[in-house]
Amino acid sequence: MTLTTTLIAGLVLGGTYALVAMGLTLQYGIARIMNLAYGDMIITAAFAAFIVQALPSINPLTGLAIVVPGGFVFGYLVYVFLLSPLVKRAPNQAALEVDSILTTFGLLFVIQGVLLVLFGSNYTSYTFLNVPVSIFGTTVAANRLIALVLALAIGLLFYALLTRTRWGTALRAVAVSPQSAQLVGINTDRAAAIAFAMGTALAAAGGTVISMYQTFTATGGVVFTMKALIVVIMGGVGNLLGALTAGLVLGIVETAVSTYVDPGLTLAATYTIFLVVLLWRPEGLFGRRVR
Amino acid sequence: MIAAFSFTALAAVFTALAAAPFFLGTYGTGFLLGLVGYVTLASAWALFSGPTRYVSLATVAFFGIGAYTVAVLYETLPSWLVLVVAALIGLVVALLVGLSTLRLAGVYFVIFTFGLAELIRQIVTWYEVNITGTLGRYLFVDYGPEVVYWKLLALCAVTLAIGYLVKRSRWGLALKMIGDDEVVAEHCGLPTARVKLALFAASSVIITLVGAIQAPRWTYIEPTIVFNPTISFLTLIMALLGGAGRLWGPVVGAVPLFLLFEWLSANFPDHYSIILGLLFIAIVFVLPNGVLGFLEEHWTRLRANRSAKSDLEKREAG
Amino acid sequence: MQDLLDVRNLTKRFGGLTAVNDLSFTLRQGEVAALLGPNGSGKTTALNMISGFQPASSGTVLLDGERLTGRPPHWISHAGVARTFQLVRVLSSLNVEENILAAVMFRKNPPAKETAQEEVQRLLEDVGLAGRSNENAASLTYIDQKRMELARALASKPKLLLLDEWLAGLNPSELSIGIGLISNLNEKGITILLVEHVMDAIRALCPRAVVMNAGRKIADGATAEVLRDPEVVRAYLGGAHAVA
Repeated sequence: MTLTTTLIAGLVLGGTYALVAMGLTLQYGIARIMNLAYGDMIITAAFAAFIVQALPSINPLTGLAIVVPGGFVFGYLVYVFLLSPLVKRAPNQAALEVDSILTTFGLLFVIQGVLLVLFGSNYTSYTFLNVPVSIFGTTVAANRLIALVLALAIGLLFYALLTRTRWGTALRAVAVSPQSAQLVGINTDRAAAIAFAMGTALAAAGGTVISMYQTFTATGGVVFTMKALIVVIMGGVGNLLGALTAGLVLGIVETAVSTYVDPGLTLAATYTIFLVVLLWRPEGLFGRRVR
Repeated sequence: MIAAFSFTALAAVFTALAAAPFFLGTYGTGFLLGLVGYVTLASAWALFSGPTRYVSLATVAFFGIGAYTVAVLYETLPSWLVLVVAALIGLVVALLVGLSTLRLAGVYFVIFTFGLAELIRQIVTWYEVNITGTLGRYLFVDYGPEVVYWKLLALCAVTLAIGYLVKRSRWGLALKMIGDDEVVAEHCGLPTARVKLALFAASSVIITLVGAIQAPRWTYIEPTIVFNPTISFLTLIMALLGGAGRLWGPVVGAVPLFLLFEWLSANFPDHYSIILGLLFIAIVFVLPNGVLGFLEEHWTRLRANRSAKSDLEKREAG
Repeated sequence: MQDLLDVRNLTKRFGGLTAVNDLSFTLRQGEVAALLGPNGSGKTTALNMISGFQPASSGTVLLDGERLTGRPPHWISHAGVARTFQLVRVLSSLNVEENILAAVMFRKNPPAKETAQEEVQRLLEDVGLAGRSNENAASLTYIDQKRMELARALASKPKLLLLDEWLAGLNPSELSIGIGLISNLNEKGITILLVEHVMDAIRALCPRAVVMNAGRKIADGATAEVLRDPEVVRAYLGGAHAVA
């Protein structure tokens, strides 16, 4: 592979990571929920996209219009029924963190179990626009390019929603200070539910995009959660643009490692980056929070 | 008096357990072995994570390290030395994890441990495929399950003894302080980072040893078997069910859940992770302090009611 | 008398904001001094740097000539600095006795458990919590939590005690009890630095005051004189909304 090919493949992967990490940073930064089942939500969406695209007259692109709202509703229900009671009973943030970690860890096994029953443990994939396209002197599959464009477009759309609308400003106010947000009349519980649901919608978008160009399996959620978490920490919790940049960096590094070193060592590379961040700048590479 | 009595009772229970293989068949011994293994795992997990509330999701990472070390070395080194090597590897990994995360907020530790098993599984797989050229190893030892069982039982006793001694000493207090408020703990003169690191290392070494001792039970070992995330999950749910902050909590939780797990995996092999996941969520909701915490709470309330009632009766009588 | 605490050019920057700017002052052995200033002037940040809770950006803190800056809080605690927190912090899963026992057992050269327990009882008596050993720390009233926090700070046998608005939020009768407690401690030879807004208490307890504004020291001297200093008056009036 040439350098350009590697770079483009890295950007495709990185765009996807950035997209899903933005969802996770919404969930952790605003709803204050550390969601360990996040990757399994991504995988669920990938399977949903797989089913939807098999329907007549629907392709994965139009399938997004079904899967993403579906993700939003699912996330909303999970928050209202599973997490909101924990938020209400928690005496402080630390207790909530432990409770949410445990609950979503249990949820991880439930989702994974359901997927295993429905789809088995084999790798799944479908072909969508697997035609070569020439770009910058190399050929790339069209589905990968579409994945990159989609990831960036959806990511920027959500970013605009959060930074350019009143409603998005209210959500970010909750991220900065839940108490003061309450004082100015923001319903923090509702804001948290919406942020969590939006995060799940982003996970669903990510899952659909992933399913366009990658194989996936019911047990693959852990790795996605892990990578999204690392991107979130690299970017700084709650920092959307940080997540975008960090996601692209991680995608390029991983592709480079799998091209020039060994595909079996990509997670090791991810962890090495994580370690460096923890030792060097645990507050994230790009400052602290969205202002 | 009471202490002496409970010590005698405990000694009797452990003697009975040690003698069990002479009365039970191979199947019974194997069953008991699995049970003692999980009791040890859950107790070792709770040793650190219970009082400090640093949720470790890396149980199977250390368990797998132990098992794999044995699979690689059992033909070249005497078995006691293999255990020492396994413990040392577990120790080094624990120190690495601890040094890079335990000085930061708890959530970094959780994240790091969450993916650790998968990381080590991939590295071992990569190593086996690229360096040794095989994936999967056979493991034949010249002793039966009862020897594995006795080793585990001894480790279990040691783990509970460590838990007891830590609780009784000032270090038990130290761990509770860390769980409550690390800033206050530091300002009271407690070197919190060092205490956490030491206890996490101890807990991880025990877990590594459980994996190392149990390894011969498989006869065939490959990364997906010994790094199975269900092991981390079961350990956690057992400790929480009984009550992770109490010495006997993990034991109380491990016994019924192990039975349930055995039954589920025999009858519902495809659905057990769904059922266990739901059960786990239910435990977090209903019994946040575990069965022992629940009983203790209700017992004090009951006693308070009773003494109030008897006070009333006395007053009425007088 | 010799200087116990020597703060030299202490500075703390948060990004572009300088919370404490080139702060220097000393405390003599046995002195009680107030650290004053409008809200946001950097008093608590200064305490946090002295106790090691936050690292200093530059400058040094010496206790008995020994350098504290760059050391972790537990080391500083062992060197002889104890503190209370602006918002009371209790160890909520421990009872009252254990809260204080914890500090006795982890101070420098801790005693055996029996001796420690006797000492805890004495400390509880000193702060007015005798007989309350087995109560749940989290369910104590506010003043009692403050008493407990004071006992916990004393349990580490400090040379220097830092009190961060320890008297805030007390009603008038509690206030006079609190002032009594602090002056008793000083009679026992403990050097005390108070961050405080309650002026009556400052006048009653502290012969000397250091005043900060916007991170800088603007006055240092006898309390009565310092409070008449035009710059101090201006600082307080400028931030009038912040002074209760």
